[in-house]
Amino acid sequence: MDPAREIMKYDVAIVGGGPSGLAFAIRYRQLQPQASICLLEKGAEIGSHIISGAVMEPGPLDRLLPNWRENLPAICVPARRDEFTYLTRGGRWRLPVPPHMKNNGNFILSLSSLCRWLGEQAEALGVDLFPGFPAAAALHDENGAVIGVRCADMGREKNGRPGPNFTAGVDIHAPLTVLAEGCRGSITKTLIARHNLDQASDPQTYGLGLKELWHLPPGRAEPGLIQHSIGWPLDRKTYGGSFLYHLNDNQVYVGFVAGLDYEDPMFSPFEAFQQFKHHPSIRPLLEGGEILAAGARTLVEGGWQSLPRLEIPGMLIVGDAGGTLNVPKVKGIHMAINSAMLAAEHYAEKKTPEGYNALLRASPIGRELRRVRNIRPGFKKGLWRGIANAAFETLLAGHTPWTLHNHTDYSSLTKLSRFTQIKRGWAKRVLPPRDRPASVFFSQTAHDETQPLHLKVADTSICIDRCRTEYANPCTRFCPAGVYEMIEDDTGRHLQINAANCLHCKACDIKDPYEIITWTVPEGGSGPNYTNL
Amino acid sequence: MKILVAIKRVVDYNVRVQIKRDGSGVATDGLKMSINPFDEIALEEALRIREAGTDTQVLVVSIGSQSAQQQLRTALAMGADRALLLSTEDESQIQPPLLAHALLKLIEQESPELVLMGKQAIDDDANQTGQMLAALWGRPQATFASKIELAAGLATVTREVDEGLELIRVELPALITTDLRLNTPRFVKMPDIMKAKRKPLEIRPLVELDLEPTPHLETFAYEPPPKRQGGHKVDSVAALVATLKAKGVIE
Ligand SMILES: Cc1cc2nc3c(=O)[nH]c(=O)nc-3n(C[C@H](O)[C@H](O)[C@H](O)COP(=O)(O)OP(=O)(O)OC[C@H]3O[C@@H](n4cnc5c(N)ncnc54)[C@H](O)[C@@H]3O)c2cc1C
Repeated sequence: MDPAREIMKYDVAIVGGGPSGLAFAIRYRQLQPQASICLLEKGAEIGSHIISGAVMEPGPLDRLLPNWRENLPAICVPARRDEFTYLTRGGRWRLPVPPHMKNNGNFILSLSSLCRWLGEQAEALGVDLFPGFPAAAALHDENGAVIGVRCADMGREKNGRPGPNFTAGVDIHAPLTVLAEGCRGSITKTLIARHNLDQASDPQTYGLGLKELWHLPPGRAEPGLIQHSIGWPLDRKTYGGSFLYHLNDNQVYVGFVAGLDYEDPMFSPFEAFQQFKHHPSIRPLLEGGEILAAGARTLVEGGWQSLPRLEIPGMLIVGDAGGTLNVPKVKGIHMAINSAMLAAEHYAEKKTPEGYNALLRASPIGRELRRVRNIRPGFKKGLWRGIANAAFETLLAGHTPWTLHNHTDYSSLTKLSRFTQIKRGWAKRVLPPRDRPASVFFSQTAHDETQPLHLKVADTSICIDRCRTEYANPCTRFCPAGVYEMIEDDTGRHLQINAANCLHCKACDIKDPYEIITWTVPEGGSGPNYTNL
Repeated sequence: MKILVAIKRVVDYNVRVQIKRDGSGVATDGLKMSINPFDEIALEEALRIREAGTDTQVLVVSIGSQSAQQQLRTALAMGADRALLLSTEDESQIQPPLLAHALLKLIEQESPELVLMGKQAIDDDANQTGQMLAALWGRPQATFASKIELAAGLATVTREVDEGLELIRVELPALITTDLRLNTPRFVKMPDIMKAKRKPLEIRPLVELDLEPTPHLETFAYEPPPKRQGGHKVDSVAALVATLKAKGVIE
């Protein structure tokens, strides 16, 4: 039986305390100081589930909070120099920095700590922040309009039954619900399907980003240096690359993004990242240093042609939940803030979500996305043709008369029977972390193990037979936290889900070839505890 | 009845702390802070006593920086009636003897029948404040409680001791420090977070209590524990025995 639930009423309910959700809250309160706003965040604190590169274009933040530069967040270094390179197994070639990857005037920062600061600003403006309270589902009226969200229950036992401390999640009722869940939002996904919001668009596509914060021996880091590479350790058919952002105090962010449309079922994004760190040009930088923090998160890569409809009655989608990230730039923060500000300004004036979808597409945000729309899909034809296409598209500023299409990531794996193993020549690793559990340690993720599994596998019999023969259980490789394991014991083979290690990256929900894994929100406060990623 | 619960703001137990590069302390910037888990258990117990029907007022007290207001608000959201912060920005002052003296002054002002607090704080693991306070107060103490029953001016307390469980009875007013198995604290509810914003939270500078700040402990340096050496596999029992012998672990 459904437990009795308390209802809380607000003018606006925001799901997600990332840059988009916080920007909406701040902008809306600036325009409507009397409005009551509640912001739900599944992380234990604002920022604890936030991981990004991050090199940020400051324009939108300057508009939102003109004084932000007066007290910069804990990690914030002005960009000084860009490098763009192509790696082979043993070599490194400097390439000209593509125009969209030049970072003059930008800042290297920790998005986690920026969000913490934005949270303080929102709170000071009178927004009710609820970190530790995930939204589990949207609420609808009889006409299908969204009327709010239901928060996750606390204190259920493994079998789903209420435990002694059971606390039913509250229902938030609000004339406007803003979905700001970021990449592959769990409620957003359900609503897109329920309301066919992607009817007129291509499917969304994704990349998986992994990142570590390192402390290096003195003299190696060059604060403000921004390095990107393409090529090795990825094969030419796999999209992605590395980033190295140099901070103050002998610290660097080292990270790697792999397109989730990769074809090789045996590919492991985690291993690719670790291999990159062992490239002869990178290893000397890191050797002798130590890891301070690590994590992983997917990012949207579909761009313009994958933007779903961003409104239905009672609801707006902002930021990466909708997919506003600019892929060639690998930048989504400025777009997330911009789209949220636009949404807040629209709603403050019109008092209805209606019209926001068209407005966003016609705005500078839409134009920025449209201009670069063909660059990412061009890499489907391999690295070199992708680069040539990117140069051509950049030259024409996106005025090509065609739009290349995106395809679902879950369907891109080639079956083992038809796949010729790629010889990757990967090195024996010496740098930490030794393996995925060791890496998960640096994310400080925690889930109370008495709660029900938040990773739902619809039919585990597929894992045991079909998936094993067709793809050799790719979940055991694409998950950056090693959550999925196939175990053989006396009772046979079965899938073990180490949900406690989950980093909330959502790669499983995206890449599993049978679409049987569903990521749902766990109990509030579960998940990573990022502070400086 | 009035119950005084003392809580401390500490780095959350899920968070791994790191030593500052210069060894001057533990880096806490930006880390998730929480109510010390044992203190949260103490508060939960106080709330259960109140909910069991007696006319009870629960007062939570914290001694620490202004940021400890956050933990006091959480305590109010859990159900405490009033909160008091004895504020000091000099965290080096927060040592068991000083805390005990400060809490004693409060006891004199508030006259609680029961003082509940965690057996220790998970940051410094001192396990001293409760015992010192009871001694200064001149009242009975029951430490490491895993069960508390109140009746007719007496508290019957099950204590977790090294040998097992010990049952003692103390006369109220008394001080009880709580252990892990006493209860599982409730989850905070969203509407209660909103209500807590309107509950009274008083802030008094610690210096107003006119205590002699006599730091008994001086910290010279912090060091992380030595790195664990990686293990390695041996392929037979004989090799294992040989290795252990070589390391002098067995003879
Ligand atoms: C490895 C990596 C590197 C990147 N590098 C850069 C870069 O250099 N520059 C740049 O500009 N961008 C970069 N990005 C992209 C950028 O991080 C995103 O575009 C940006 O964070 C999107 O903001 P958002 O608010 O839409 O979503 P997010 O930042 O993802 O925030 C969403 C928030 O909502 C919360 N949430 C989600 N679902 C729920 C729910 N159901 N209930 C409650 N809370 C919920 C999440 O916990 C999270 O806090 C990078 C991303 C990654 C992964």
